[in-house]
Amino acid sequence: MNLAYYPGCTLKTKARNLEEPALAAMESLGFKLEEMDRWNCCGAVYSLAEDDLIRQAAPVRNLVRAKKQGKDELVTLCAFCLNTLKRANLLMKQEVEKRNTLNSFLDEGVDYAGEVKVTHLLEVLRDRVGWGLLSQKVRLHLRGLKLAPYYGCTLLRPREVAIDNVQDPIILHSFLEALGANPVGFPESTTCCGSYQIVRGPSTIVEYARRILRSASNSEAEGLVLTCPLCDYNLGQGQKELLRLGNTFKEMPLFYFTQLLALALGLTADVCHFELNYGNPESLLREKGLLSRVESLSTSGGPK
Amino acid sequence: MSRQKKRKTPSAPPVKAVGTEVVQVPANLIPIYIMGKRYEVPEGYTIMKAMEYAGYKLIRACGCRGGTCGACSTVYRKPGDYKLQVALACQKTVEPKMYIGQIPFFPANRAQYEFNKLSGAPEEVFKLYPELFRCVACNSCTKACPQGVEVMDAISALKRGDIATAAQLSFDCIQCGLCTSRCFGELAQYHMFQLARRIYGTRVVPKAQHLAQMVKAVNEGRFDDILHRLTKMSEKELKELYEKREIEPVETGEQWRPKSKEYLLGE
Amino acid sequence: MATQKQIAPTVSAKKVRGEFVKKVKEISGQNLQMCYQCGMCSGVCPAAADMDISPRRIIELARLGLEDEIANSKTVWICASCLGCTVNCPRGFDLSKVMEAIRQLTLRKNVDYVRPEDIPPEDRAKLPQIAMVSGFRKFTG
Repeated sequence: MNLAYYPGCTLKTKARNLEEPALAAMESLGFKLEEMDRWNCCGAVYSLAEDDLIRQAAPVRNLVRAKKQGKDELVTLCAFCLNTLKRANLLMKQEVEKRNTLNSFLDEGVDYAGEVKVTHLLEVLRDRVGWGLLSQKVRLHLRGLKLAPYYGCTLLRPREVAIDNVQDPIILHSFLEALGANPVGFPESTTCCGSYQIVRGPSTIVEYARRILRSASNSEAEGLVLTCPLCDYNLGQGQKELLRLGNTFKEMPLFYFTQLLALALGLTADVCHFELNYGNPESLLREKGLLSRVESLSTSGGPK
Repeated sequence: MSRQKKRKTPSAPPVKAVGTEVVQVPANLIPIYIMGKRYEVPEGYTIMKAMEYAGYKLIRACGCRGGTCGACSTVYRKPGDYKLQVALACQKTVEPKMYIGQIPFFPANRAQYEFNKLSGAPEEVFKLYPELFRCVACNSCTKACPQGVEVMDAISALKRGDIATAAQLSFDCIQCGLCTSRCFGELAQYHMFQLARRIYGTRVVPKAQHLAQMVKAVNEGRFDDILHRLTKMSEKELKELYEKREIEPVETGEQWRPKSKEYLLGE
Repeated sequence: MATQKQIAPTVSAKKVRGEFVKKVKEISGQNLQMCYQCGMCSGVCPAAADMDISPRRIIELARLGLEDEIANSKTVWICASCLGCTVNCPRGFDLSKVMEAIRQLTLRKNVDYVRPEDIPPEDRAKLPQIAMVSGFRKFTG
């Protein structure tokens, strides 16, 4: 089954370790994530100013092009892009005057009123594949892996675009359970990582990181599971900065949910690009005896 | 540009000097507005020629006159239409009541770098041009390009680290600067593209093997003898040689070879 | 919560009915009178610890037209638009939009908060693109 896919700028360079395992894993589940044609940067954040239409052009143009290419749904991996595209989509659906102005300005030849549905891969896994079926397809149960699912902001806020319950989301928890891992809930799992403040320097996000990491480690998590490249960067840089400031703590390896998906489905570790992750997640996996099992799966003729 | 020279008869038809005779050549004159001032210029002239006809001496916004140097960037409008249109003055023919302005120079940011020290990784482009990320994908640049380059798509490619696509899409860019003049984010697109093309040409595109071989052969003196003989020939001998030369047939396949294979490499 | 800056502004009808309040309302699309100063936003805000004027107080200053006091605080600039405030507000008031409106009022005067050249070159190479794009959208005009 083909799914139209919107990658976003970051996944092609910095977050290859989010994209590549996802494409491979979904393929093994029978879904082809087909990159849409001629996409441009979505703008990363949704403009919150009511009179600002120029910054809506970027996300809306992608949606119009998706419609022109005959797609009725667009799947994203990057949580940041999901939020921006989904909010822009709502704007085109609900605000008639702005919709008309944007359609006329974009001059793409086709009028758009929110016809394309924007979904996140986690929603596809929950709603299209189903946790039951997913756990049946698991070849390597991630037993003993106590990971804290970190949701961040963009998948859950504002309410209109949330992919799960805003206060008590469980989608990542259920995902991890389906893969046989132990999800460790913790109080700060939906607290912001500091987001774009990082452009002002690592000191701006160090307290955000400290709050999240301390909460996760107090709940005895051995690592964090992420969905967003910016959360990954901030929590990695945050740890570096905390160490530089003289804090002592057990470093928390950071995983992308797609890497765990690929491993659990029996794919080899090289598609995951763990070398790009912070905190040496491979050594944690080895500790749990998981990587060796991956290697043996591949030699025994498992899916690559 | 110098000010218009005073004319006694502003709407006199153009004159052409033929030998020593001055001949009146009838022409259809149409009105255009240069920087807000109206002039009657011959139909069929390019904007550049029309400006010179009107008396302007072009010392800026004028270069190759062949549509490749990007000096004569022109913005114009037609009456009753709010839309801005773009053209190269040396290429575009005048239209009645065209309202033109030119941008001979735009102060665009050009990063300083030593090209040979760059590895060609996209991160280097991000370092040199961080304002790349101020792009809001408004598409004003694409609309402003007289060469039809898909400027926004090329910038989008750069943002995601795809230097090859940016280089390929910007192939027709002549560095006229119109995109930068309209850019919401104040990007100097054409400078970024030039860097992308330089990286693409030197670091990405495979090197032509036969070129390297040929250079080697030349340096080894393979062609020294024949070149020497040619320079020593008389005009008569050269003409004879030229007339007797073997010409590759117009319709021929890849397998065609000349009778004498002496100067072919690798055969 | 950071130690809050003590301020003693002069409130006047002129300021309350002035341009600043009008513009904030227009750009944010929010009815500033909806806020009943419960402080839920300040409680949830992950950046409140570093704010000299808490989100709750910013709303009060905004609707009183106290432009200078807001301009002298760093609150809107250390906001990460996480939308914690918006989602937790019992009145459904969208603070994130008010923060954006106040930022825009400065940025639209061609006064940027961050300059691309001030980001160290090594960071420009390492930062994910979404960080650069979103940072420039929020901090530059």
